[in-house]
Amino acid sequence: MRDLRIIIPLLAAVLLAAGLPVLYGLRPGQESSPPKLELPAGEKACVMPADYMRQSHMTLLRQWRESVVRTGDRTPVSAGGKTYEKSLSGTCFKCHAKKSAFCDRCHASLGAAPACWDCHHYTEEVAHGAE
Amino acid sequence: MELNRRDLLRRAFRTGLALFGSAAAFDVVRGDLLAAGVPKAAAPRRAMAVDIARCIAAGDCRECITACHKGHNVPSIADTKREIKWIWKETFERAFPDEAHEFTRQDLKGKEVMTLCNHCENPPCVRVCPTGATWKREDGIVMMDMHRCIGCRYCMAACPYGSRSFNWSDPARVLPVKAANPGYPRRTKGVVEKCSFCDELADTGKLPLCVTACKTGALIFGDLNDAGSDVRKALAGRYALRRKPSLGTGPSVFYLV
Amino acid sequence: MLEKALSGSRLYWSWMLLLALAAAVGFAFYLLQVRDGLVVTGMGRDTSWGLYIGQFTFFVGVAASAVTVVLPYYLHDHRVFGPITILGEFLAISSVIMCLAFIFADMGQPFRILNVFLYPSPKSPMFWDTVVLSGYLALNLLIGWATLGAERKRMPPPRWVKPLIYISIPWAISIHTVTAFIYAGLPDRHLWLSAITAVRFLASAFASGPALLLLLCAAVERFTSFRPGREPRAALSLIIAYAFTAHVFFLILEFFTAYYSGIPAYRHSLGSLFFGADGGAGFMPVMALSAACGAGALVILLMPRLRKNNGAMMAAAVLVFASILLEKGIGFVPAGFNPSPAGALAEYVPTLPELAITAGIWAAGLLVLSALFKITVSVREEA
Repeated sequence: MRDLRIIIPLLAAVLLAAGLPVLYGLRPGQESSPPKLELPAGEKACVMPADYMRQSHMTLLRQWRESVVRTGDRTPVSAGGKTYEKSLSGTCFKCHAKKSAFCDRCHASLGAAPACWDCHHYTEEVAHGAE
Repeated sequence: MELNRRDLLRRAFRTGLALFGSAAAFDVVRGDLLAAGVPKAAAPRRAMAVDIARCIAAGDCRECITACHKGHNVPSIADTKREIKWIWKETFERAFPDEAHEFTRQDLKGKEVMTLCNHCENPPCVRVCPTGATWKREDGIVMMDMHRCIGCRYCMAACPYGSRSFNWSDPARVLPVKAANPGYPRRTKGVVEKCSFCDELADTGKLPLCVTACKTGALIFGDLNDAGSDVRKALAGRYALRRKPSLGTGPSVFYLV
Repeated sequence: MLEKALSGSRLYWSWMLLLALAAAVGFAFYLLQVRDGLVVTGMGRDTSWGLYIGQFTFFVGVAASAVTVVLPYYLHDHRVFGPITILGEFLAISSVIMCLAFIFADMGQPFRILNVFLYPSPKSPMFWDTVVLSGYLALNLLIGWATLGAERKRMPPPRWVKPLIYISIPWAISIHTVTAFIYAGLPDRHLWLSAITAVRFLASAFASGPALLLLLCAAVERFTSFRPGREPRAALSLIIAYAFTAHVFFLILEFFTAYYSGIPAYRHSLGSLFFGADGGAGFMPVMALSAACGAGALVILLMPRLRKNNGAMMAAAVLVFASILLEKGIGFVPAGFNPSPAGALAEYVPTLPELAITAGIWAAGLLVLSALFKITVSVREEA
């Protein structure tokens, strides 16, 4: 019981330190809202519904990768009457050309750093379409 | 009839063997019948033939190399120790050490031929890969999965032709800012890469970039399973070499002499 | 028992701190390599394996050599190695840790290492090497810890240790055989493409490992109160003598096949390793030094009077270790890439970062070894 004099203050200090990030976010004027994404102009639909993409675009990309790279199956997918190649560089970037205005917004705020960009990204000024 | 335990076991074993054996035999026969009835489309067996004389006659031509390296965003690295090349020129002596000799014909001696991954029938690189990052597809292409590669470079040690290159540093540092082909990914440091017989084009029925770019028609690409294909017709008419055939790798790149 | 590694004399702590510092420097260079890629090393397109894999190969051998002190004791009741089997097992543990570190350092994408286990490739010797090395590490950790713990409690070791020890004996042979299979099945790498590669590996392992163990026993006698004694050291000397003689003999066999057959590829490979080629010295200085050390070692090992002399035997152990380290740990792997597939000579010189990372891994291995030996000595001092 003697040790309670040390334990309780120390415990309080630890809890405070652990809670600092939460307190930081609760400052007045700090409203948490989802990042604003710049959607591509002129396009109304993606290969999958927006809700699915928000939650599971990684799953879709992984499936495409398995299909194209490992199985050699490049059968185009159809959505909303249009057909799309199963390609990150070739399909996704055709519409979402500016990574910093779209992909990076959520990734940065969530601290996600996918390694995909090491290979599958070029400067935004480049026009797409050629293969 | 009195059955002791040994007899029972003996009979049960023989009956079981008869039943299962006949079921298996039936399966085999049925399989054969089915196969005979419905013809299965055979996967193509992709191969390339290089017409040495035409290639040499083009002199300093590097169209195929340029087309391939541009189409696949292969970085251009000056240091031969770290260079990355999917298709390149090698002298006749270096490409065919067993064929060259003191009195090699003058039109071949010291001349350069195109060399690339041979997409072997029995590829040593595929055998040794510890993660399955390289494998032989049904259509014969020895494929490379840059996502899975751990960069151990065992495949580079195994390849007897030197067809594979490693990204010793980040290629993005050397690649031009404006990508030559934005539709095709580049690679990252620490993975191995090589010619893929343009699998992205083969899958949609097109020819590899090098074949299309060749001005002299020295590169012939096709399906060895199709007796009417360009490559089979070329092989039927001419004598063809392969690189280091005694190693048992079964190269799919033929050099027409 | 771990706490015994955390208490010791000033000398002990100075040694551990020095090692930790060296390991930290190596780690810093490793971070440089992670940032810039393997371009910081001396490897290239034609010589795609170098010092890291060479050192890995050498230390798999040292790890496997634990069997030389375990087998006589457990299979044949030959008790001469009694006090030092645990040292052999702990040497194996630190060696395997060094091996795994060298592999990690050599990989282009080390953070994808789990791919080896997620996508098993039974046809790949490298896959199997990862499996057997991990298994060997686990085996030795279990066996070593259980036996030492039991010794501390003055009890016989638990019953499950015996079967593990029996398993560890062929397992030790297997780790080095599988490592040899990494090299011995590659077409057109004629320095390696030989049935005797695996045999040479084992012979050199059974010479260099016990040589190191002998030196470590001497160090233990010098710096601690634990006395392994004269008999285990004499037995180790015999093993070193036989194994090293066999190793030299096998090397001569390689020379015969390479040169007498007249086949250029084999001759070029072995010749470029020992004599240089294309006007360049290549690995000749390394191999010349290795041969000189080997010759000196053979003189001592083959003369019983010298072998039984403590000082001479220590010198022989150093020479054996150096000779094999140079031949197997430095020359063998990069030289196997000579000649290149195009028939050219591939030059390889390790760079400073490569050497620093290697030194850092050596330091880390010695750190683990020292900690384990300290624990052993402290347990025995208690008794």
